[in-house]
Amino acid sequence: MDGSTWDLLLHSIGPLLLGTITGTIPLTLISFAIGLVLALLVALARLSSVRVLSRLAQVYVSIIRGTPLLVQLYIIVYALPSLGLVIDPFPSAVVAFSLNVGGYAAETIRASILAVPKGQWEAASTVGMGYVLTLRRVVLPQALRVAVPPLSNTFISLVKDTSLASSVMVTELLRKAQEIAAPSFAFLQLYALAAVIYWVVCTVLSFAQGRLERRLDRYVAR
Amino acid sequence: MSLVSVRGVHKAFGDHVVLRSIDLEVAAGSVTVLIGPSGSGKTTLLRCLNGLDRPQEGVVTVNDVTLDFAKRPSGAEVAALRAQSGMVFQAHHLFPHRTALENITEGPIHVQREPAAEARARGMALLAQVGLTAKADAYPHELSGGQQQRVGIARALALRPKLILFDEPTSALDPETVGDVLVVMRDLAKQGWTMVVVTHEIRFAEQVADHVAFLDGGVIVEDGPPSQVLGHPVEPRTRQFLRRVLDPLSADLDGSDDA
Repeated sequence: MDGSTWDLLLHSIGPLLLGTITGTIPLTLISFAIGLVLALLVALARLSSVRVLSRLAQVYVSIIRGTPLLVQLYIIVYALPSLGLVIDPFPSAVVAFSLNVGGYAAETIRASILAVPKGQWEAASTVGMGYVLTLRRVVLPQALRVAVPPLSNTFISLVKDTSLASSVMVTELLRKAQEIAAPSFAFLQLYALAAVIYWVVCTVLSFAQGRLERRLDRYVAR
Repeated sequence: MSLVSVRGVHKAFGDHVVLRSIDLEVAAGSVTVLIGPSGSGKTTLLRCLNGLDRPQEGVVTVNDVTLDFAKRPSGAEVAALRAQSGMVFQAHHLFPHRTALENITEGPIHVQREPAAEARARGMALLAQVGLTAKADAYPHELSGGQQQRVGIARALALRPKLILFDEPTSALDPETVGDVLVVMRDLAKQGWTMVVVTHEIRFAEQVADHVAFLDGGVIVEDGPPSQVLGHPVEPRTRQFLRRVLDPLSADLDGSDDA
């Protein structure tokens, strides 16, 4: 690589990090937080003895898992305005990613709730707890242990999936790289730099996942 | 006076009838022991007393709560019945993510809204009562089976129930820890707790029970004071069961069985 390429990369790091901090990271965090709440509700609906709720949850999960994320993103961003619903690219992307996480994480959460022994529900009810209190104080803390590894996968995938938002004019890491690369034709260099930044973010998250798992394992016999 | 009254309880799982028109009275301050072969319905009967199993028919009264199960009581009504008793499970079902003390204070603090400091002080007293003061901050997996079960007993007591239900509390334990649990239970009986106990510990029944009921095939075959049911059973099925349970243990007890 010649000096001008190094120069370009050096000058690009700032804007790319800015895109990461103002685009990729908030998009990931907000979508994941909303998606998790949604996923919990969908999982509980799926586990509910009320048929209609369980059915609706099943259909939702099926649609989310059976269609490409990029198509879901396009539908939210391009199809909704034609119905009169015009929202900015960033919140549109948040809606699309949240719905997607909601569908995938719902199955994870459902499985981890089912992994908590039935005796825990019974014991909670014999100490007087109702459904919500049992979930909050007894079942979900135990389900969390089971759910953290697969949910971490979902989270790390989401970091990378937010790059799809570059195709609908959301200014995030990949979009920044494209903007800088276009006039200079340095596509390879900038995409490689973007890849490195994605990798660093995901590696940091994997490290955090390991720490979280160890923390949650402290009350389990090894 | 009866604290618990069971009238005409009938329970089936699908086509399989587990309890057939069971009647049972439990006097306040007394210990009732339910014995019988596995599949006889004794655990199901115990679980009908707090609605963990809901019979199709029958009226269950505990303290001042009466439920007619034929009328399909609501969740809230079953919860009211359940609140009258504490339960000790065969597999203890302690909350694994909470310490021994937290297991005990969980109900008082988060359900009964007792001030935390007060609940913890009571929890420590209960731990002392079951001989586990030193284990207050231990997680369940750090305790032996007998210790776990004693924490389970303390957890049930912490809610100040009218009645304590024991579902085979020693069946899953190592033999050497069984005694620790039975001694705690005997002391509770002495203190006047009303207890219904499903167990295979015939000696415990002999020494602690006021009333023994032998179940087989979903009916109470024979019941009465332990000296009668265990000492001088009249029903052939009772004699046969006791012989099977007691034979491997001791020849002396076998003799009393035939008397």
